[in-house]
Amino acid sequence: MASEEQLSAIKRAKVLMVGAGGIGCELLKTLALSGFQDIHIIDMDTIEVSNLNRQFLFRQSHVGQSKAKVARDAVLRFRPNISITPYHANVKESRFNVDFFKEFDVVLNGLDNLDARRHVNRLCLAVDVPLVESGTTGFLGQVTVHSKGKTECYECQPKPAPKTYPVCTITSTPSKFVHCIVWAKDLLFAKLFGDKNQENDLNVRSSDTGNSSEHSVDVFEHRKDEDIEHYGRRIYDHVFGHNIEVALSNEETWKNRNKPRPIYSKDVLPVKMTEENGDTEKDSATDDVSVMASLSLKNPQDIWSLSENSRVFLEALRLFFLKRRKDIGNLTFDKDDQLAVEFVTAAANIRASSFGIPLHSLFEAKGIAGNIVHAVATTNAIIAGLIVIEAIKVLKKDNNNYRMTYCLEHPSRKLLLMPVEPYEPNKSCYVCSETPLSLEVNMHHSKLRDFVEKIVKGKLGMNFPVIMQGASILYEVGEDLEEDMVAIYAANLEKALSKLPSAVTSGTVLAVEDLQQEFSCSINIKHREEFDEEKEPDGMVLSGWVEAPVDKDNNNKPIGNGESTSNALPSKEILECEKDVEIQETSEGTETVTRKKRKLSEVDESKNQKKPEKLDVDDEDDELFIPDDWESLIKKRRV
Amino acid sequence: MNGEELTEQETALYDRQIRVWGADAQRRLSKSHILVYGMKGTVAEFCKNIVLAGVGSVTLMDDHAVTDSALSANFLILPDENLSHGKTLAEACCDSLKEFNPMVHVSVEKGDISTFGVEFFEKFDAVVISCCSLAKKKLINQKCRKLPKRISFYTVDCRGSCGEIFVDLKNYKYSKKKLEETIECQLEYPSFEDAIAAPWKALPKRVSKLYFGMRVIEQFEDIEGRNAGQTSIADLPGVLKLRKELCETNSVNESQVPDALLERLLIGTSEFPPVCAVIGGILGQEVIKAISGKGDPLKNFFFFDAMDGKGLIEDISKPRHS
Repeated sequence: MASEEQLSAIKRAKVLMVGAGGIGCELLKTLALSGFQDIHIIDMDTIEVSNLNRQFLFRQSHVGQSKAKVARDAVLRFRPNISITPYHANVKESRFNVDFFKEFDVVLNGLDNLDARRHVNRLCLAVDVPLVESGTTGFLGQVTVHSKGKTECYECQPKPAPKTYPVCTITSTPSKFVHCIVWAKDLLFAKLFGDKNQENDLNVRSSDTGNSSEHSVDVFEHRKDEDIEHYGRRIYDHVFGHNIEVALSNEETWKNRNKPRPIYSKDVLPVKMTEENGDTEKDSATDDVSVMASLSLKNPQDIWSLSENSRVFLEALRLFFLKRRKDIGNLTFDKDDQLAVEFVTAAANIRASSFGIPLHSLFEAKGIAGNIVHAVATTNAIIAGLIVIEAIKVLKKDNNNYRMTYCLEHPSRKLLLMPVEPYEPNKSCYVCSETPLSLEVNMHHSKLRDFVEKIVKGKLGMNFPVIMQGASILYEVGEDLEEDMVAIYAANLEKALSKLPSAVTSGTVLAVEDLQQEFSCSINIKHREEFDEEKEPDGMVLSGWVEAPVDKDNNNKPIGNGESTSNALPSKEILECEKDVEIQETSEGTETVTRKKRKLSEVDESKNQKKPEKLDVDDEDDELFIPDDWESLIKKRRV
Repeated sequence: MNGEELTEQETALYDRQIRVWGADAQRRLSKSHILVYGMKGTVAEFCKNIVLAGVGSVTLMDDHAVTDSALSANFLILPDENLSHGKTLAEACCDSLKEFNPMVHVSVEKGDISTFGVEFFEKFDAVVISCCSLAKKKLINQKCRKLPKRISFYTVDCRGSCGEIFVDLKNYKYSKKKLEETIECQLEYPSFEDAIAAPWKALPKRVSKLYFGMRVIEQFEDIEGRNAGQTSIADLPGVLKLRKELCETNSVNESQVPDALLERLLIGTSEFPPVCAVIGGILGQEVIKAISGKGDPLKNFFFFDAMDGKGLIEDISKPRHS
């Protein structure tokens, strides 16, 4: 394989790497060893301790520094004479525009989120530079090649939407531990420590709607001079006791469900905590505040009892008020905030206890709450090797030999590494084939702002959109806009679609474009009166935009990208080729997942096979998960 | 690492991988001792992987001097003259490996491994050898198998864009979860010598051609008294002749070992870094599985060819009744 022609193609090549994390470190090393001499690398993150088990270019002493820069320095140590240009920046920044991208011979992604991947996909299409995509989770991984016109683009196949849960499941009828986590994190934690002005669905719906005078805000607010432990118990009793009793009063809800039991602090922890713990003022610096240490709960893998969880709950609350007063009111949950993780674990466990759901350890809870992706070095190394093999084909213009390669945990027909021929572009792909989309919307109710936020930015992934009807610009973003135009656009945003200056009616076609991505698409607008509040909370339905169905009521694999992409499971699906079987996978944790079956072709088969379930796996902390959609659910007004 | 619980430092460092294989497996890894022989690119990758995984110790063996060609696929050796001057390959790699994980004990053992007695191998839980002749592979494998203790034994070799891993876990018992149950599994592995003695005719028709290719080259080196990897395209006529003989002896068609494949294996005496990464990764996973007792180990050969992109497992052993 190392012919003269190949070596010189490699030497001349200018390569862009996006991501310097798990895959990035392995990839940069292998590229350098393989003879690449001009590599550019973009990564916005800094190094954390949990990276060090696999991102081997980094050391303990590098924690806090830029990944792109440290990776470059580390590789130069064994290849001092090559050029590596690091960018500690977000690839979505405007400077990484088409002019930037077109300089490269190939782009290699080692990203951890769908948003950035779509963005890079569009730029690569715009400049006709091949893109090699990849992803890993645990022992699974994949590499795919995307070349405009020849293969599918990254968006030709549907990428599943993030997992969402109906509001009432979270607020009233949880049945799984993850529901308790979402409640603890996005409702309770947010209510107590987050922005007070945020709408919050914390109170349960009851049949008794006449209590509007008892606004929930009063209950959760810490009263002047109130003893912290008293406050803690008051909150505890309200959410785990009172609210449960209120929920129980609605008989309908519990007809076919197990009833929760109310829990009061006096029954679980009869004695005042401060008497028990004695002197807990010996805590050190504010940053290291942790309950586990002071309560001698050393092992994060232990499952605490109800009383231990209750102790952690109260003590964590107390420590927030005592040691981190200034943070209260502007905190969002951060998985690396030990105290926050302890609090959320305890709260989720108490709620779980109430509803008869098995309790979980802090280690497990943290993984769920923080959407932590499990990861090892070996898979990343394998994938990096496969990426370079494909990259070299791109440079040699060897496009008949491009492959998608899947790295499996369990062999399928003896194969641990399974190559598959890439598919031709999807003619209905709205990204690379410019197919028009359709939008059903109530044009009198929905505003342009909703359209821009939820559809154009949200679903279509545009960052700097221009929205036009015919020759009129309804809205655009830009740096050099005139003031009066900016004012007109701002006014347009607040108007219902039917009230816009250029009379948008049913049957109108809107053209939306992102100038940075050089991506445009047209949307046919159709009026519809009614939308289902639960199933269509946005009040708008976009079709032709292919979104894979999400199994809402199935167990969710809580760790990492899990559900949010076609995930980990395709390996099992590949295994069950040609059979319609429901795949069960038991993971390291306790969750099982059931997936819909899709058929798959193999490299020796002809092209007329059904398409495989896209194995879109992500590394690192994938933010595709619960939070994003959940917020829109929370913010929605309840009737 | 001492005591039974993982330390806070370990829990923080290994968080992401503990979520893959669990704390028990991590503990077992931290108590394991690995011997590695032959420090080329693929083995460098493998060592990086197991050091990051947090094994107890890694003992490196390779007394060759550091040369320019050694640098080509081995990222553990820094080209800085001052750092690598006068060192052996093992010594040069040792320092870099330590940096990846200060909790792992990395050391160098010198000497001719063929002369070491069986007792030497007893302290290891896994032995990985590379760049070894046929005779050496058999010898070391036998020494490991002689011990009452079960030692996981591996050979690994990469030639150009192809790679081969051989696994011998002797009698391996492990348990795994299937749905709600825990089932006990037991696998019996043949030694390298026994495995390759399997008559070619008895093997399934679709066995990887790479298996045969590697055996032909291996035999050629053995007959010609060459060191492992010491071949070139000039040897092609001799190799083709040997292939003819072996195929006749085994009653198989010569097409089982294509010319083109043999050419590639002969030319590819230097390693191709992407293949090193792939093979080093697969091998890393196998050793981690065997040490931790978690996960189905592969049995007993793994092949990767960058040309067709397949990474496949072949189960090759002598039939019980021939």
